[in-house]
Amino acid sequence: MAVTGVIFVLFVLAHMYGNLKLLSGQLAFDEYAHHLRVFGEPMLPKMGLLWIMRIVLLVSVVIHAYAAFTLWGRANNARSTRYAVHKMAQASLSSRFMRWGGVTILLFVIFHLIHFTIVKPNINADYTQAQIDASPYIMATASFKIWWVVLIYVLAMIALGMHINHGLWSATQTLGWANSPSARATAKGIALIVAALTVVGFLIPPLAVAFGLIAK
Amino acid sequence: MRLTLKIWRQANASAKGSMHTYEIDGISPEESFLEMLDELNEQLTAKGEDPVAFDSDCREGICGMCGLMISGQAHGPEVTTTCQLHMRSFNDGDTITVEPWRADAFPVVKDLVVDRSAFDRIIQSGGFISANTGSAPEAHSTPVPKPKADRAFDAATCIGCGACVAACPNASGMLFMGAKITHLGELPQGQAERGSRVRAMVATHDGEGFGGCTNIGECAAACPKEIPLDVISQLNNDLRNSGKYLR
Ligand code: HEM
Ligand code: FES
Repeated sequence: MAVTGVIFVLFVLAHMYGNLKLLSGQLAFDEYAHHLRVFGEPMLPKMGLLWIMRIVLLVSVVIHAYAAFTLWGRANNARSTRYAVHKMAQASLSSRFMRWGGVTILLFVIFHLIHFTIVKPNINADYTQAQIDASPYIMATASFKIWWVVLIYVLAMIALGMHINHGLWSATQTLGWANSPSARATAKGIALIVAALTVVGFLIPPLAVAFGLIAK
Repeated sequence: MRLTLKIWRQANASAKGSMHTYEIDGISPEESFLEMLDELNEQLTAKGEDPVAFDSDCREGICGMCGLMISGQAHGPEVTTTCQLHMRSFNDGDTITVEPWRADAFPVVKDLVVDRSAFDRIIQSGGFISANTGSAPEAHSTPVPKPKADRAFDAATCIGCGACVAACPNASGMLFMGAKITHLGELPQGQAERGSRVRAMVATHDGEGFGGCTNIGECAAACPKEIPLDVISQLNNDLRNSGKYLR
């Protein structure tokens, strides 16, 4: 769970970096999207690296979700009679939202893949399907001119940020790297910073489009 | 002080329990929580009712026998054991709910008494060092660096009350186990069995039906001995390296 979670975090940071290229304009972003597909050629076949990443991530999702649902089930069985009154002393909001937050992220990932990878539906009448299929830049910016698309992405990124905030610190515990109070404080600090970075970094492009700062 | 008590009553392990409400008056803020329950029991006995069963022994916070879920918090609102909790931590007119530790690994025996022998079985499976008994060896024959001795001692203050399991949203026993792993793992005497200890204890823990840890931290917050969360990281570290320790 910790290892697959860290794989996700690394992927998410790389993905966020790529998205920020939307700010550099159509040429830069489309070039980046194209480059992803030919990365490693001719050592790798076309789309080779992309497929390696896809497979690693898919396997990670299966392992991560399996472990999550196993933990969830174990917790339910370990306390089949609940407390009439139960007060948490210090648990963070992020830590309490891990399970439903994880499910939220999973649903979002499915939506996101349909949105930008598998189907690429045209949801903005100002554009044609041909324009969307031709340029990843147009595809993304056309979508983020629609308020409810932006809202879905904002909510999903908040859920992701919370998941990383608890998850990354939790992973340091699972991996046995938080063996002192100061190491614990450092781990929690790093998790918070990475989480904040992720939320802000991912939301800059959609919000910039929504508020007409780029791709007017 | 005048209080309304909502207490879990359950006749025996197989009976179906429920919450009962009792009114009690004339409680002094200087009384301990268990003395307050003693008073309630005297009144119940005088009325010919069955007194509320609860565990206690030393009543000075060192044996780990007592342990109640008080208004949703293990050992109540202070960082201490139930026997060392005083009524001054409550207000006149309060309604207090009292429940047993809730974990399937700790089945209810009667009312507020639970069977914590699952903890004993975890210790039996690995929470010890094998040594010849006899007269104690000369203390300086095995030097221990001070920081390690301190950490071992802090972890060894665990009294096995089970508050960590009771407070944990997953009903996990990781803090209890981590305390023992850290206590013995920091000392030279604990090295020989370091790899087998952690494997055996974790296997017993999981087999007893405790939940898995998700590092929420409620255990350490509830612990009357303030065992820190890093003992759980230490346990995971020992488990990851157990192959190396076994070589
Ligand atoms: C498939 C959707 C997902 C589900 C159902 C899910 C669910 C969970 C659950 C229930 C936990 C354990 C609870 C806890 O530690 O409190 C967890 C841990 C974690 N998750 Fe996720 N998650 C998902 C996606 C993600 C993503 C996309 C990331 C990365 C950005 C991620 C990173 C982590 C990390 C680092 C941990 C900590 C692992 C540990 O403590 O060993 N998860 N997840
Ligand atoms: S009765 Fe001994 S610790 Fe409370």
